[in-house]
Amino acid sequence: MNVNDKRCFFPGERMETHSQILDRLRSAFRSGITVPEVFRQAQLKQLMSLMTENEDQILDALKKDLSKPKFESIIAEVDMVINELHFTIANLNSWMQPEYVSKNLATKLDDCFVRREPLGVVLIIGPWNYPLQLLLSPLIAAIGAGNCAILKPSEVSAATDALVAELIPKYMSQDCYAVVRGAAEETKALLKNRFDHIFYTGSQAVARHILHAAADHLTPVTLELGGKCPCLIYGKVNITYAARRLAWSKFFNTGQSCVAPDFLVCSKATRDALLPALRQTLEDFYSKEPESSADLPRIVSPRHWTRLMELLKRSKGKVVMGGESNEENKYIAPTVLVDVAEDDALMEEEIFGPFLPILTAETLEEAIALINRQEKPLALYVFSEESSVVNTVLEKSSSGGFCSNDGIIHMALPTLPFGGVGASGFGSYHGRWGFETLSHQRAVMLRGWTLERLNGLRYPPYTEDKLSWLRWTTSAKPSCSLM
Amino acid sequence: MERQAVQRAREAFLSGRARAVEFRLQQLHGVKRMITENETEISTALKQDINRSQYDTPLLELIGIETEIKLAIGKLAEWAAPRSVERNLLTISDEVYVQPEPLGVVLIIGAWNYPWALTLLPLVGAIAAGNAAVVKPSELSECSSLLLRALLPRYLDKDLYPVITGGVSETQELLRLRFDHVFFTGSGSVGKIVMEAAARHLTPVTLELGGKSPCYIDKNCDIRVACRRITWGKFVNCGQTCIAPDFILCEPCIQGRVVECLRLTLLEFYGADPKCSPDYGRIINTHHFNRVMGLMEGYTPVIGGQSDASQRYIAPTVLKDVPPHSRLMQEEIFGPLLPIVAVSDMEDAIRFINEREKPLALYIFCSDKKAAKKMIEETSSGGVVVNDVMMHYTLSSLPFGGVGQSGMGRYHGKHTFDQLSHQRGCLIRSLGMENVNLSRYPPQDRRRARRVRMALRAPLIDMSKRTFIWAVTATVIGFGLFVALMVILLIAAGLNCTCWYWRGFYNYW
Repeated sequence: MNVNDKRCFFPGERMETHSQILDRLRSAFRSGITVPEVFRQAQLKQLMSLMTENEDQILDALKKDLSKPKFESIIAEVDMVINELHFTIANLNSWMQPEYVSKNLATKLDDCFVRREPLGVVLIIGPWNYPLQLLLSPLIAAIGAGNCAILKPSEVSAATDALVAELIPKYMSQDCYAVVRGAAEETKALLKNRFDHIFYTGSQAVARHILHAAADHLTPVTLELGGKCPCLIYGKVNITYAARRLAWSKFFNTGQSCVAPDFLVCSKATRDALLPALRQTLEDFYSKEPESSADLPRIVSPRHWTRLMELLKRSKGKVVMGGESNEENKYIAPTVLVDVAEDDALMEEEIFGPFLPILTAETLEEAIALINRQEKPLALYVFSEESSVVNTVLEKSSSGGFCSNDGIIHMALPTLPFGGVGASGFGSYHGRWGFETLSHQRAVMLRGWTLERLNGLRYPPYTEDKLSWLRWTTSAKPSCSLM
Repeated sequence: MERQAVQRAREAFLSGRARAVEFRLQQLHGVKRMITENETEISTALKQDINRSQYDTPLLELIGIETEIKLAIGKLAEWAAPRSVERNLLTISDEVYVQPEPLGVVLIIGAWNYPWALTLLPLVGAIAAGNAAVVKPSELSECSSLLLRALLPRYLDKDLYPVITGGVSETQELLRLRFDHVFFTGSGSVGKIVMEAAARHLTPVTLELGGKSPCYIDKNCDIRVACRRITWGKFVNCGQTCIAPDFILCEPCIQGRVVECLRLTLLEFYGADPKCSPDYGRIINTHHFNRVMGLMEGYTPVIGGQSDASQRYIAPTVLKDVPPHSRLMQEEIFGPLLPIVAVSDMEDAIRFINEREKPLALYIFCSDKKAAKKMIEETSSGGVVVNDVMMHYTLSSLPFGGVGQSGMGRYHGKHTFDQLSHQRGCLIRSLGMENVNLSRYPPQDRRRARRVRMALRAPLIDMSKRTFIWAVTATVIGFGLFVALMVILLIAAGLNCTCWYWRGFYNYW
């Protein structure tokens, strides 16, 4: 029993401490109820009903939190969760099957396979930028893998936080899945408890605290962090199309995406050709008055708005597009800056807002050297019609994911692993990757009672003869034709 | 000094030379040569460290390493190649694949009980994955670690794979530095320290820890064979194996028989006085000798119990009717003491196991396949072997690793390669087909939105049974129609041919 439970209770919430919730979920897990496929599928279908029956409420909450336009809410939140559900429901049975492995001579007559087993109680901590999708996609993986889960939505996206807390207990098994609300203090207290896996999406600073807390209990962790995702434009390229895709990925959710292209690197000539194309694109997308466009979201909170405006003030770059803002409705115009140096304020941390700094490097090699001086990002983008340019960047850089000639869209494929490397995190999910991350791969070997004479080779007293035989039977024979 | 070696390894990695598959193969061949050319020296070092018999060395360490190297060499090209994945409608004309990539500089902290296997197996995987690696062997197996420090630079790239020897303070220094992955084998308490240190740099870790691996003997099984297998697993390396059967669970009615079979087997393996057997090992050092002897305090063993502090010798010892709350049952024994704990039946055994931390291995001796399956399903452990012990370690296609307090991550064979790689999701698009993209740009309306939703829908191919049946039926019908068409055409052509034939014939006449 954790006496350090710090809880503040929200209206309608069950009056339980963190430890009590954990105990309840753990007993449910121990009873084995989450293991059969039937249960997992039923819960996934319940989650599907949650999504389809409450679309209006979801869109409302996202509008309240981020002024998210309906299109973005549908594409990047609702549909992504529904797609993930479809994919998991359709494939769960095959993922759950035991995986028979190749054997050596000593184990030829044995049953050797890998069982995917649930871990136990998984803690899922969500962020505020895609508050539904980045909380529920890991939940889908957790349910599919047969775990119980505690969801901790971000308090910054308050409307979604409240909605999740209301809907999850209504649709999902209350014994197996719980929602815990609260801010930093409550999360710290929650982390003192022991979990079987912690799945965190958010910032590096908080990730360190989480890892420290997890180390105390030897709890495995998945960290989906961010970073400055660079975008390079080199070689022959259709500048209009590149400008469109770049602008779309950058200003989607007004730049508040972990995989948004953070900054651009190109030659001076490319920059000069790009700027008019970008200007035209922004006008096409958001009209001459972006503040009045229904398709541009807002910054999530006054605190983040202030952070961004401070960054802009400290930057030594020149604003060539946008720059307008309105504190009252947390609006910042899509802004492009040039003459940004590598040590500029905008290059200190992940921007997570609608500022696109353009840095110049005359050659591809210089650009690659520049991005390699930064930490490994969550995503890396290259716009070029020359495959040699794309391949060079691929080979000489590292990043969580990679996409050429577009942005963000690689996230929507459930067959690609979504995760970071280095400072952008570790572990991955989406589709089967999430199932594997939240499962334990248990090696199983079923031997018989016969062939004890063969076993005799390994027993003392040892002899040279026994050794040679053993060497032969345990070596891997990848192309053994006899057996 | 450690800092400089790590810095050099990082610079060597950044130079890019560890990436080429040919280079990795060359290094793997180097490790293989190092093992085969120095088998005698390695055996001698192990004899000095832990009194390992000359046969145990190849048996327990070298054969395993050689097998892993051969596998890596044979399969490396396949492992390192990109793997295509299924696409959706939007990406139907794109290249979509997962590319395994090196992480950077991996820190490998080895253990003293199998100083070569537990250091070189992760190293083989690190090399195969294209990483640089800093190897820190355990100072408790001093001769082995000094020998490794002397040998490795002779066979492998000097900058990419430095060996750093030393004790606790050197390890702490190392852990302050930043790595791209830390691979640790050892105890849970040190595992926590390693994970804490790695947390500062957000470094992922693989922890191969231990635990008390239970061994359940069902009353209806071949107890004689079971005890032979258990005796081997328990007393090899003098019980100092992370996956050794730690304790036995069985019903009181067979306890006597189990003890007798163990006694017979011990006689067969090590003779009347195991102290004189060349095949029986010793405890690594005085501290552990005292620790293990302390566990036995207050209990009278039914077999063994003798010891000799000057040699750090503890006889193979079996204790029965051990109470669950005794000291023997609180911590991992890691020595040649085998307690037998009584349980009333298999259900009781399952309950006993589940009340404790998840172990690294679970062993079940049972002739009833269904009962064994039930036990597997109702418990959790790193790995499980039915009717034997430890053999899952020898099959590199099986992932080897713990769960819960017994560790996180897995390795052996391709699993090491995957563990020490980054799986990078890649989407290669072209700038063409921009019209398809137009629907997703603002300003948005309902019609455009609907088009985008369609394009992003997954799965592309509906895998449900109904669709499958429909697809098969459609294919059969289509094929049938095609065959019918061909038959009609052939007949028509045949008639034509026949026509011409007769005409020719007629002309001829």
